[in-house]
Formats: sequence, C-alpha cells, structure tokens
Amino acid sequence: MLADLSVSLWRGGKDGRYETYRVPRRESQTVLDVVTFVQRHIDPTLSYRFACRVGVCGSCAMTVNGKPRWTCRTHVAKVADSGHLEIGPLENLPVIKDLATDMEPFFEKWQKAQGVFAPSKTRHDEIEQIRPDSPARRLADAAIECINCGVCYAACDTVRWNQDYFGPAALTRAWTLLNDERDAGGTARLQAVAGAGGCHACHSHQSCQELCPQALNPTAAIAGLKRRTTAAYLKGEIKA
Amino acid sequence: MIARGIMHRGSALWIAAMVHRLSGLALAIFLPLHFLALGLAIDGEAKLERFLRWTDQPLVKFAEGGLVFLLTVHLLGGLRVLVIENFDWRDSQKQLATIAAAISAIIAFIFLARVF
Amino acid sequence: MNVRLYVWQRATAAVMAPLVLLHIAVIFYATRKGMTAADILSRTQGSIIWATYYGLFVAAASIHASIGVRNVLTEWSPLTDRRAGLFAVAFGLLLAVIGARAVFAVVLP
Repeated sequence: MLADLSVSLWRGGKDGRYETYRVPRRESQTVLDVVTFVQRHIDPTLSYRFACRVGVCGSCAMTVNGKPRWTCRTHVAKVADSGHLEIGPLENLPVIKDLATDMEPFFEKWQKAQGVFAPSKTRHDEIEQIRPDSPARRLADAAIECINCGVCYAACDTVRWNQDYFGPAALTRAWTLLNDERDAGGTARLQAVAGAGGCHACHSHQSCQELCPQALNPTAAIAGLKRRTTAAYLKGEIKA
Repeated sequence: MIARGIMHRGSALWIAAMVHRLSGLALAIFLPLHFLALGLAIDGEAKLERFLRWTDQPLVKFAEGGLVFLLTVHLLGGLRVLVIENFDWRDSQKQLATIAAAISAIIAFIFLARVF
Repeated sequence: MNVRLYVWQRATAAVMAPLVLLHIAVIFYATRKGMTAADILSRTQGSIIWATYYGLFVAAASIHASIGVRNVLTEWSPLTDRRAGLFAVAFGLLLAVIGARAVFAVVLP
C-alpha cells in the first residue's frame, strides 16, 4: 500500500498562494491524475486545463517541482522523490486562476513573428512538388511538430527577462515557414524576426530544447534564423 | 513568479551561458581599470613601474589569476555561442561546455603556478 | 538586440578570439620573465605592430563590451531600452578613449 502524497497547488491569481492537499498514491499515477483527484474529491473550485490526457494536445502543461511539463505525461513516481509535489501554472504567462494561464500573449507573439503561412498560389495554379528529402524540407520537418503547449515559453529565461522577446515557439514556426517552398512570406518575415524581440535576443540557454515534450530544438531553429537574417542584413535586404 | 527551485537552470549549458554573461560583466568592470593602469606610462616609466611592483603582492597575483580565468572562460563561452549559431548541432555540447570550463581553470592555475 | 547590434557583437567577438589568445600568451610571457615597466616599454615603444594590435583590440573590445552591457541592462535592470542604449554608448566611448590613451602611453616613442 503506497503512502499518501502531499501536494501543493497554486490557488488564486497572481497574488494567490500554495495550498496543500493529501492525495492517495496509486500505481502509474500521473501528475494530471493527482490534480484531477483534488478537483473531483477534495475541492471542486480548483481550475485547471486538460484535454486528451494522453500526451498529444499539450493543454495540461504546468510547472511541476520547478519545471514546466505535460502533467499527463509526468509520472508521479518520477518527480515526487520526497513524497511531495509542488504544482503551479506555467511561468511567463498571466494567471487566470489556479493552474490555468492566459495563453494570449503567447499567440500574439506568434503573430508578431509572422508564424503564419503566407500563400503564394491559387487553386488554379499547379501544385509544387515538395521532395521530403530536400534540405529545406528536412529543416522544416525537424521543427514542424510544435503543438503550442507553451512549455518552451515558460522555461525560457530570455522570455522572463525581456518582455519583447517572441520566444522559442513563435520563432521556430517562423523558421519552418522560411524553409517551406510554398510560403511567400520571405523577406517580410525575416524583417519581423530581426528587430527587437526577434531571434537575436536568444542567448542559447537551451532550456527550450531540454524541455520540449516533442523533442524539438528551438535553439537550432533560432540559430538558423540568426544566420538567415545576418545574410539578408549584410546584403541590404532587411534593415536593423 | 511562483515555483521555487527551477530545475532546468542547473543544466551544464545554462550554467555555461550564465558564466559567460557574468564573466563578461566582470571583465567590462575591470577593463577601464586596466586601461587607466597602462595609461600611467604616459608620463614615463616610473609610475607604471611602481604600479607593476605593487601588483607583485600575492593577493594581487591571485586576483590576476582570477582575471585570466574570467578572460579564458569568456573566450571559450563565446566560441561555444559562435559554434551553436553557425555550425550543425552537436550532441556532445554539454561535455564540451564542461571541458571548456575545465580548460579555463587549468590555464588560470598554470598562470598562478608560474607567478608564485 | 536587433540584427545590426548582433552582427557587430559577433563580428567583434570573432576578431578578438585570436587577439585574446595572443594576449594570454603575452601575459604568461611577461609575468614569467618578471618584466619591469622598462622591459615592457622598450618592446612596445615605437612599434607599429603593437600599436596596430592593441589599437584593434581596444576598438573591438569597446564595441563588444558596450553591446554586451546594453544586453545585460535591458534584461536585468529596470532601465528602458533607450536609456540602456545611451548608457552603453557612453560606456563604449569611455573605453575607447581611455583605451586609446593606454595604447598611446605604451607605443609612443
């Protein structure tokens, strides 16, 4: 019979506090199971987000013992070494209530980095043949599986220190689009990621790469953006 | 804001980046003093000579060893950044970052061994 | 930070990498031999090579340190970007001026 778990959950908004609950331990329990237990059996006023419960949607991301992670994919056995868990909302984002954050700043920066596909053809034009093993497509594919969970954004110190910084996810998406043959965003997108808050603010701490649950490498994508923007700047295609 | 003990900040690469920044700050503070000391020679060698003999003190030599460490670690940290930004990703980066710190420490140690 | 500052920062860093290696070698040589001011100055005074080497070093270091300080101020201090930029420029100019003075002090015959 496993002992009980002591769990501290953030309650309230920005000026809230941690409250502690006792939760029975179970085999193969995940952190999401723990949060769900509290809401169903102890305190129904707890607010939190989840959807798929199986690690494909990214909705359940929270700060667990100091690290941003997907709670449905975090086994309690792996993180509650001393029988204690501390769970808070994702950092670097405004707190709505308890464990739910406002993702709007995250998506606003996505738009600012022009992480949006810019079409170049109509249905009447011929379809491009995109070879999956072309160098550009390989680069795009290596970075494309982002599901906007916000873990990298929450982990990034530069996001924390620099309010203008777009963050790893938005910049990674911009990088994939730059490598997409069909996209017409081109120089305008390079200009968007070359100003204040753009790729050059990244200090390569690589917390994003360490913690991305999809094993993406935003640091490498951002390094690619640095090279492209530098080349474009030196050629006079973009301005500082 | 909230959660304590941010774990990923203990990673070797994060520490490398922080050491790089702090060593840069320390060198930026030191540099004006260095330039002013060398500028003593503008009135002839006597003032500079007095200053150089002042630096013979063990405590100053120790501090100079620290400066050599800071300079080397900042250089190697900078090379790490230039490599990440311009070359293909390497999986062995963490080990390289640790080795870079070790090399800096060794060079600083050799400096100290030679001056004492 | 933007692309222009980034380019200057990385370019001066690349320029300084070999200069720093040489400087460390010089430090080791000078301290091992226990050189006096007279020993040092007799080598540097009137030397175009040392003047060029250290002149380049001072210029690159002034720019590099200035941009680095600007980054730290914008991220770690409450200063606005504009004020941080002004402070950084002032700091860079200070380094350039007293650095150039130091170079003159050791290379002028």
